[in-house]
Amino acid sequence: MEEKSFEEEHPNKAFGWAARDQSGVLSPFIFSRRSTGEKDVRFKVLFCGICHSDLHMAKNEWGMSTYPLVPGHEIVGQVTEVGSKVERFKVGDKVGVGCLVGSCHSCDSCSSNLENYCPEMILTYSAKYNDGTITYGGYSDIMVADEHFMVRIPENLPLDAAAPLLCAGITVYSPLRFFDLDKPGMHVGVVGLGGLGHVAVKFAKAMGVKVTVISTSPSKKQEALDHLGADSFLVSRDQDGMQAAVGTMDGIIDTVSATHPISPLIGLLKTRGKLVLVGAPVKPLELSVFPLIMGGKIVGGSGIGGMKETQEMIDFAARNNITADIEVISMDSVNTAMERLLKGDVRYRFVIDIGNTLKI
Amino acid sequence: MAKSPEEEHPHKAFGWAAKDTSGILSPFHFSRRDNGVEDVTIKILYCGVCHSDLHAAKNEWGFSRYPMVPGHEIVGLVTKTGSNVMKLKVDDRVGVGVMVNSCKSCEYCHQDLENYCPQMIFTYNAQNHDGTRTYGGYSNTIVVDQHFVVRIPDSMPSDGCAPLLCAGITVYSPMKYYGMTEPGKHLGIVGLGGLGHVAVKIGKAFGLKVTVISSSSRKEREALDRLGADSFLVSNDPAKMKAAFGTMDYIIDTVSAVHALAPFLSLLKTNGKLVTLGLPEKPLELPIFPLVLGRKLVGGSDVGGMKETQEMLDFCAKHNIAADVEVIQMDQINTAMERLAKSDVRYRFVIDVANSLSQSQL
Repeated sequence: MEEKSFEEEHPNKAFGWAARDQSGVLSPFIFSRRSTGEKDVRFKVLFCGICHSDLHMAKNEWGMSTYPLVPGHEIVGQVTEVGSKVERFKVGDKVGVGCLVGSCHSCDSCSSNLENYCPEMILTYSAKYNDGTITYGGYSDIMVADEHFMVRIPENLPLDAAAPLLCAGITVYSPLRFFDLDKPGMHVGVVGLGGLGHVAVKFAKAMGVKVTVISTSPSKKQEALDHLGADSFLVSRDQDGMQAAVGTMDGIIDTVSATHPISPLIGLLKTRGKLVLVGAPVKPLELSVFPLIMGGKIVGGSGIGGMKETQEMIDFAARNNITADIEVISMDSVNTAMERLLKGDVRYRFVIDIGNTLKI
Repeated sequence: MAKSPEEEHPHKAFGWAAKDTSGILSPFHFSRRDNGVEDVTIKILYCGVCHSDLHAAKNEWGFSRYPMVPGHEIVGLVTKTGSNVMKLKVDDRVGVGVMVNSCKSCEYCHQDLENYCPQMIFTYNAQNHDGTRTYGGYSNTIVVDQHFVVRIPDSMPSDGCAPLLCAGITVYSPMKYYGMTEPGKHLGIVGLGGLGHVAVKIGKAFGLKVTVISSSSRKEREALDRLGADSFLVSNDPAKMKAAFGTMDYIIDTVSAVHALAPFLSLLKTNGKLVTLGLPEKPLELPIFPLVLGRKLVGGSDVGGMKETQEMLDFCAKHNIAADVEVIQMDQINTAMERLAKSDVRYRFVIDVANSLSQSQL
């Protein structure tokens, strides 16, 4: 039996940009989306954030990419159709989809609103969906998703700047809450001032936490202090500064995905402090056990968040007027943006203006 | 000029000390301070041989100073009490563990976490406020601030209780802190030695399902039949390990050699916690993906505070938990250390100090 082409796989035409191979270079791609099932919501994509994961996946750096690959899991848009059993959304609503579009709904994780830890969770792109087809992400004109995996974007949040919250936002919000690093008066370090880091600073400040940004670049200091509201700034190569900060932090959110030393970070923690990694270095890191034991400290990880918490995070952001700092780009600039992203040359997230610039 | 160990304090003492990084112990004359108003003087009956004693005697961690009298699992009888000592009296049976002092004024001391006080003083191989070195329990007598002395419950045997003062609190404290006390949850214990075997007993007393994870199958019958573990997993058997992936709520890792964490992280469920207690000389490799994808964590823990140490002893007494020991004579200590290095002990050597440490050896 002949396999259907991407255009014919599903009933409704769709258009986006896809990576075709490990070069990661994106180009126009005609494909198709499924019909709006009874629990599905179909929406016109207006904006999509460029997450660093999109770059890793486009280049198959994690060995799990399928091509053609339409990235994008920081997707916002406006509802155009709802299935017959959809309860939470109606046509015209402003909605978002993040990193997940499916899960088993029956395991312990799903029952605890932790769909992100479900062993059968389905990623928004480059994953196999329930119907056997491959999922395509938000660098495209329309999305169809199960309402369970959608969030409402409150009216007061600008859509373009809200888009990155759907991955970057929940990725840092969830561990701040789970590891109890959200109490007024606590001192939390944020390592890395990029897409994740800058949102972490904003959330932590809104929670009443004292924030120290830890970075390899002294050039980001003014930004961190004046614009993002961090309380202090540490350059990780500055031995004296790092020494003075030893044992001062209740927790650290480490957003760095490159291999890097964590021992100096563990040293910054107070007794029983927690280092939480949200970036995902591919190679193991060196863990000196002595300091961990002598201080009763913890090294943990966290990955995005469940759907309930994602909506909670969006609502928290809306109440506190928190959005990402973005650079809006046109669809056809995406490859240039990816190259700049690779060099960390963005303050702090690219967001593709899909609604106005994605054209066949 | 610095005084000799014999002269630096008023009261003569003797014990066995390591003199250099060979770690070989031999008879040693030294002295103990006067019994101050807060102090008790203890005639030592038994002292457990903790693996840390071996590491320290050989300077494997790089901060040993010689001569060193090891020993921080001490059980003895009170022979003298200072004028401020109300809760202890002469002839009480007491224990001393890993610490003999702390600042008593910091936030950690105020929270009964003397073990995390930045000025905490170890029972041996540390410096007292007066500049002299602390000497541990491989000796006939010790003088300790009452705050750092626990009462041994009447029902507990002295020899079997001694190892609880380090091994016991070392596993009990993280089990409480990381919430490993919910009946029905599944605890994996890596390594069946001094720490591991006590963890099995305490884990079962908490109502947990306990799986012992070991590199060889020779300890299986012991673990299941005698210690009461529910199951046994050979870590070198990939198929068995794989079958156990994602089944454990917590893991206590007692292994002090450098070893891989990745296989044990795989055994954890989502939100699982691995507590590492062994002190390897070199760093371990920590894979990050499993932590991020499963919200897992690796935590460390260092003994416990004094209040919790007493609580642990009372808990063990209530549940008839003592360490499984092989009692040795003082002059067998070097052979015991060699056997300990090969894990050839079920599961703690305990030195019968009172009956075998005598002046005649000196």
